[in-house]
Amino acid sequence: MYEGIVQDLIDELGRLPGIGPKSAQRIAFHILQTESFDVTKLAETLLAVRDKVKFCEICGNVSEQDRCSICRDPRRNQSLICVVEEAKDVVAIERTREFRGLYHVLGGAISPIDGIGPDDLRIRQLMQRLADGTVEEVIIATDPNLEGEATATYLSRLLKTLEIKVSRLASGLPVGGDLEYADEVTLGRAFEGRRVVVG
Amino acid sequence: MPVYRDEAVVLRTHKLGEADRIVTMLSRRHGKIRAVAKGVRRTASKFGSRLEPFMVADVQLYEGRSLDVIQQAETLGAYGADIAADYASYTAANAMVETADRLTEAEGSLQQFLLLVGALRSLARREHAPGLTLDSYLLRSLSIAGWAPSFGQCSRCGAPGPHGRVVVQLGGVVCDDCAPAGTAQLDASTLGLLGALLAGDWPSAEASDDRTRAKASGIVSAYLQWHLERGLRSLTHVSREVPPAS
Repeated sequence: MYEGIVQDLIDELGRLPGIGPKSAQRIAFHILQTESFDVTKLAETLLAVRDKVKFCEICGNVSEQDRCSICRDPRRNQSLICVVEEAKDVVAIERTREFRGLYHVLGGAISPIDGIGPDDLRIRQLMQRLADGTVEEVIIATDPNLEGEATATYLSRLLKTLEIKVSRLASGLPVGGDLEYADEVTLGRAFEGRRVVVG
Repeated sequence: MPVYRDEAVVLRTHKLGEADRIVTMLSRRHGKIRAVAKGVRRTASKFGSRLEPFMVADVQLYEGRSLDVIQQAETLGAYGADIAADYASYTAANAMVETADRLTEAEGSLQQFLLLVGALRSLARREHAPGLTLDSYLLRSLSIAGWAPSFGQCSRCGAPGPHGRVVVQLGGVVCDDCAPAGTAQLDASTLGLLGALLAGDWPSAEASDDRTRAKASGIVSAYLQWHLERGLRSLTHVSREVPPAS
């Protein structure tokens, strides 16, 4: 235990996800001992991020304005919506530069064991977005794990009532992996989603 | 015994650090195991989907100081994908694994393991309506845990049945003499369904109508919540609709 404010700093850092007591102590001493470390800038950024950043009123992505830069961009394909679990997934898909449509962030996946049901996600807002008939295709890009698949199942069933094309991101073998290490479900999916090369 | 091997069904997972997960499993021989699966969240992980909830796997682990570490996993029963493809089955399976997690808090048992694996397999194969499979599992897992309900003789004085009043606090049906004042009478078809679910009499259970199933589910939920003391989070999300036949 350290005295007073140093221990307070270690305790506060230790509350952040992924930072244990040892890491918190190391960061605290880096802040204390490194003269070039700009504490004011870090403190100002932390305050600013809490004050200025909010969730886009349309898609739920993080934004400094009421609408995020993607929803404000008129060059994006307005007839295409990609449904993701978290704002982090938007960044991952944007990095591919393959998708030029809009997004809808659900805010998680259906996980009854964690007490998260459909009403806890932004599914109602998605249905409202689809009501005006502008959107022609919804791409479900939830995580390829059990909760993500179950959420995709739920959404597909819900969207079946609307006359909109619904697609799901392909899943299969990862690039750079060895076939022999692929599990049965992944390999099965790769066979299901195989593509014709010749003929 | 630094390294050991067992068959286990995955109950739930929690994210840990950058790409790891803590996996809670109910095993055949070692009871409930909490272990770390390193790098499992990376797309190129060697574990792939083998350590997703509802999967049954042959796992090799080594003992850690607080948590064990999973070294290898081979699939024995890949039920997760089939269960997730039907929302009612998914919600039912969640309630099952949460119940198994709670009932094996102190120690696991081979019977609980086999019952859970059988119930998940049945859900994945769409053998029965998910709601019936769930209610049957709940009654039978409580019985294995030592809280077997009685739907025949009076659960208080043992007077032979049939009796029509159910008091979950007393362990099932009670005779008119033992029933507290104001206990409602339950119809014979609901009591018949509850008995069939407990005994695994599927032809009788499947012959029941939706109204009877809803009443029986209410009794099963109340009985479960009474014995577990704390409510199940997943039970409120269970979808009771009937899936299309496979």
